[in-house]
Amino acid sequence: MIAMPARQSVSATTPAAELDAADRRLINRLQDGLPLVEAPYAAVAAELELSEGELLYRLERLLEAGVLSRFGPMYHAERLGGGLTLAALAVPEADFERVSEAVNAFPEVAHNYRREHRLNMWFVLATETPEGIAEVVEAIEAATGLAVFNMPKQEEFHVRLHLPV
Amino acid sequence: MNARQPAPVRLEPLAERRLRALVEQGLPLVPRPWQALAEQCGLPEETVMACMRRWQAEGLVKRLGLVVRHRSLGITANAMVVWDVPDAEVAELGRRLSAEPVVTLCYRRPRRLPDWPYNLFCMIHGTRRERVLAALDEIIEGQALQAMPHRVLFSLKAYRQRGGRYTAEERP
Repeated sequence: MIAMPARQSVSATTPAAELDAADRRLINRLQDGLPLVEAPYAAVAAELELSEGELLYRLERLLEAGVLSRFGPMYHAERLGGGLTLAALAVPEADFERVSEAVNAFPEVAHNYRREHRLNMWFVLATETPEGIAEVVEAIEAATGLAVFNMPKQEEFHVRLHLPV
Repeated sequence: MNARQPAPVRLEPLAERRLRALVEQGLPLVPRPWQALAEQCGLPEETVMACMRRWQAEGLVKRLGLVVRHRSLGITANAMVVWDVPDAEVAELGRRLSAEPVVTLCYRRPRRLPDWPYNLFCMIHGTRRERVLAALDEIIEGQALQAMPHRVLFSLKAYRQRGGRYTAEERP
């Protein structure tokens, strides 16, 4: 099992947003997707026994509170002709801030997490073309002086994409 | 789906790019969101919906949904569990792990030897580390994976958590 370091970074995050039962039902329902009909909010509102106005109001509030970061079509990056990969760096502890700033300066970096391993920085790269990945990897290596471990997905095992809240 | 399935709609490339750029900003929160987008593009509502239907059929758009910022809900324990699985068994184990309700993503990725021997990645999210670890223990027990080399990489801090311009769903 892994060693457990102090939890300061995790517990220092902002307090959890408050959701009521209707918010939770709404989020869980919408994780399954919105129907492609003229009045999609009314259709989902009817399912949840809310009014359309209340549903729209709740969605607006959840977006404003930052509980939802995005609402709308989820693109399939590769089929859009883009490139996508997961990459990691082994960053010397003393250099961590500098390297994370250098990496995050690239607009192709979609997520960046610090993790507990010698490979301690993990990020997703999304580029407009498949060739773009190699270019960004090279540029990140030049900017950081570190080797990028590039680990594109080879096979996806489908989960029920649903994390109940 | 729709009973009267219309013929696939192709827009002028410029109009299609413009529509895509608009939809990428999110679906408007108004009773007739497609109508609102259509007005901004100078197209009929029906054309916009037909175009979206085609994008879904072609797989450009996976679904119309939302991205939850789990950290804002206190779901801060985000574990990447990685396994070193014999190549001949990885597809089978991937399917079994992805069927576990607590597993939110599951991918096969290349090893990077000698530093990184792991070829199967799955994510488990939760509000507390202990819960995530307990869930993992149950999986190991239930699937008899005691002998399968693995590591748990919890995230310590999100330096950036947002959808990129081209994707919103893949997470590390």
